[in-house]
Amino acid sequence: MKSSERSVPPTTALRALACLALVAAPHLLNVKIWAVALLGCLIAYRALCLLRGWQLPPQWLRIVLVVVAFGAVMMTYGRINGQNAGVALLLVMTGLKLTESRSQRDWEVVLNLSYFLLITHFLFSQSLFMLLFMLAGVLLITASLADLSHRQAAMPLRDTLRVSGRLVLHALPVMAILFVLFPRIPGPLWGLPSDAGAARSGLSDVMSPGSIGNLIQNDAVAFRVRFDRQPPDNNMLYWRAHVFYNFDGRTWHEGGPNGVHRNVPSPNLPLTHYEITLEPHRQPWLFGLDLIASGPDDAVFSPNHQMWVKEPVKERRLYRASSYITDTINEPLDWITQRRSLHLPSGGNRRARELGEVWQQQFSNPADIVNAALQRFRNEPFHYTLQPPELGASPVDQFLFETRAGFCEHYASAFVVLMRAAGIPARVVTGYQGGELNDMADYMIVRQSDAHAWAEVWLEGRGWVRIDPTAAVAPERVELGLAAALSASEVPLGLMRRNNVRYFLEMNWDMINASWNRWVLAYGPELQQSFLARFGLIDWYRMTLALTALIMVVLGLLGLAIIRQARPAQNTDPVQQSWLKLCQRLEKIGMQRRPQEGPRDFARRVARRYPALGAELRPLAEQYIRLRYGRDSSAPAGSEIQALRRAVSALRIETG
Amino acid sequence: MLRKIRTYAGNRIRSWAFKRLRRVPGPVTVLRQKIYIIPTRLGYGFGLLAFVMLMGSMNYSNSLGFALTFMLGALALVGMHHTHRNLLGIRVQAGRHEPVFAGQTARFQLTASNPSSQNQYAIALQHDLMPESPRFVDLPARGSAMLWLDLHAEQRGLLPAPRFMLFTEFPLGLFHAWTWMDLDMQCVVYPRPSDSGARPPPARGEGSGQQEGTEGKEDFMGLREYQRGDASRLIHWKSLPRTGKMMVKQFADPRQLEVWLDWDSLTGLNTEQRLSQLCRWIMDAHRMGQAYGLRLPGLTLDISAGEQHRHQCLEALARFEAPPREKAAA
Repeated sequence: MKSSERSVPPTTALRALACLALVAAPHLLNVKIWAVALLGCLIAYRALCLLRGWQLPPQWLRIVLVVVAFGAVMMTYGRINGQNAGVALLLVMTGLKLTESRSQRDWEVVLNLSYFLLITHFLFSQSLFMLLFMLAGVLLITASLADLSHRQAAMPLRDTLRVSGRLVLHALPVMAILFVLFPRIPGPLWGLPSDAGAARSGLSDVMSPGSIGNLIQNDAVAFRVRFDRQPPDNNMLYWRAHVFYNFDGRTWHEGGPNGVHRNVPSPNLPLTHYEITLEPHRQPWLFGLDLIASGPDDAVFSPNHQMWVKEPVKERRLYRASSYITDTINEPLDWITQRRSLHLPSGGNRRARELGEVWQQQFSNPADIVNAALQRFRNEPFHYTLQPPELGASPVDQFLFETRAGFCEHYASAFVVLMRAAGIPARVVTGYQGGELNDMADYMIVRQSDAHAWAEVWLEGRGWVRIDPTAAVAPERVELGLAAALSASEVPLGLMRRNNVRYFLEMNWDMINASWNRWVLAYGPELQQSFLARFGLIDWYRMTLALTALIMVVLGLLGLAIIRQARPAQNTDPVQQSWLKLCQRLEKIGMQRRPQEGPRDFARRVARRYPALGAELRPLAEQYIRLRYGRDSSAPAGSEIQALRRAVSALRIETG
Repeated sequence: MLRKIRTYAGNRIRSWAFKRLRRVPGPVTVLRQKIYIIPTRLGYGFGLLAFVMLMGSMNYSNSLGFALTFMLGALALVGMHHTHRNLLGIRVQAGRHEPVFAGQTARFQLTASNPSSQNQYAIALQHDLMPESPRFVDLPARGSAMLWLDLHAEQRGLLPAPRFMLFTEFPLGLFHAWTWMDLDMQCVVYPRPSDSGARPPPARGEGSGQQEGTEGKEDFMGLREYQRGDASRLIHWKSLPRTGKMMVKQFADPRQLEVWLDWDSLTGLNTEQRLSQLCRWIMDAHRMGQAYGLRLPGLTLDISAGEQHRHQCLEALARFEAPPREKAAA
């Protein structure tokens, strides 16, 4: 029987099962419950087989189970590849592997699958906690592997953990070197499945009453931003995402001019540079401050000054951008865009259109019309609320003339409708407004709850001018943030006014997270190049060279340290040291003390072979016995030890 | 293909290693420069796993994925050093080995000790002709453990201990580290005792005139296997269903307590058959408590009894015109 086919001690197998269960458990949150539950059942079943000595299922049953499992994944997900279905399949197949695991090799496969299961978690989350989970998982699986390679019987659990802990500890520096220096290439290699990345909520590319209001409840981080210099005032922070032209009476769609060309007007202002760490939102757009002047290399700009990339952002990414901080985009209006930005659906919202037409006749200057609308929001009893009443068939009319309560999208939407009715080209813009400065560090957090909608109108001679009708109703919104603008009972839980300790803890924690995101998670080809360039490692050749050299050095040092540990344990007893030295010297002439042989017997044996040497050796042996085992004095005198040592070095060992 | 390469590489390493290997009486300490190490099949599988993970991490640009992949790579590299260390410094000492009869398994005992202050785990011995799968032992810090080399003893004579390798795959099973050792031990292999054949020669000690073809009848001594020519009244029928063999009652006869086992009394047999027969006689005489002497051409061992005498006689048979032996298998 080959050693690899030998069966595994039951305790070892049970430990491997426990590892697997632990590594698989967090997938309860990620894939369909049944897949994890099935794996759990199979683990429990296999454990019972081990404990109760049950037989494993016959082969035909295993084949049936495999077919059923495939079918179940297919039924649930409609496919067997892709992120979710793939993980579910992996879980189920790992479970089925258990039903045939008997030999050493089978269990090796199970542990390798456990390592692989560990990596699948990172498709769903890459938080700091996952790093801890990974280290714990690696520690346990490696301990189980050590137990498995111990072969004969299960090792004491503490020993396996000690062995594994040492391995992981020694591997950490090598891992760090590999992480920093291993040349990264821009992914993806073969394309990502459509369901890749963690599920996220975020701004949508349509806007209807309530769509931003729902997002406000979510205090998840949208992105973090670090300004090169002093950050602009809060009321100038408008992060642009979407520009809406097309209105159907209720919902706004983009419908703006297409293309990837634009002219950036240079408004004679200083540029503001900043760096954004964007959380993956599964959409192909990036955020920037109005007016974005430049972005990362792979970004393109629409004529509406939105920033796009080719692929949806499925992983956290770090990019630099620069902007002019202005509320005016000085550019001409072509006739197609003009028509689009004046269009209103023919039916519905009749009263709003009439009001616009009245204003058009009343005022000759478009700027006066804008002011009239803002005056109206300010003077009439409009109020800003997260829980606006339901709106019916003509939502704009209802909001303007009846409910007068709404959220930013209501104000922006109503304002643009009024402007268009009055003959002023106008559009709705969504994005984020403001941000929270982390006092502990020099960056700002922009959350989903900072989502906002505002308007832009085109005025002759000025171009597109940003008008924020919400600011007319609730100026605190743009100056102090959402929590200040809402009445106390309405503030979402996550935005509650924080007491100082909690604020301090949260900001610290966010700072740690931000560093984690910025330095570890965003460490890709770009960051690697810019980081390593500081050390003169400007190309792959040098990177690889440095990588190899560093790893050799670290492994060499580690090897030396380990080899030192293999040296015989130091003996601290000077008497015994002298004696062992003597034995060593005698070994050279072929006299090897046998393990069971006492000093006296040994000396006698030497004397038989070499009488002359023996005559000198036997008193030495007696002296050693007296010093080491003598009862008369608990600690031998220093002078006697010295005498023994001198006698040992003086002894001439000759075979003649 | 992979297997071919492995076999080829293994043979090359082996022939190179054997050139550096000396047969020594021991003890031998495992030295750094004498340890060889190659990945195991699990090691290659693990490499493949890490590669797949690397590709996946690249595809998803997943930083934690990279971290885990590099962790596994680093574990393998570090694990190689740990496997190497797990063998390093072990001191192997030749131990006892009992004589065996040809056809039995000779067992050479060895003591492996760990002089360092760290435990060494899952160490085993292996050689090419090992009858069963290796047995793994742990060596606690400053402790030792018994290992043994089992080797099938085919022919009588002196059986040298084979070259063997001391190996380990601990702690990850990804690498196989081994070292060759050749300890100067030899085991005495007695001839294979013949099953039956001529009855032992009658006692010819001084003063014993009676040479009756019967065994003593006074004191019941035990049973022995039936041999042709035994009187049917001596057959012990009761034990037949139990043992499935015909057994014959034996009685000690004070007049026959001394017996000469003589090479020359056996005729019509070749050397090995004669030795086998003598071996059988010695064993029977010893078991029956008879005193016996052995006469071989050129060697006479006087009448005596006891364990020591038995061994002397059997060893004389083992060494008699010692058959030329092919070089010890590794």
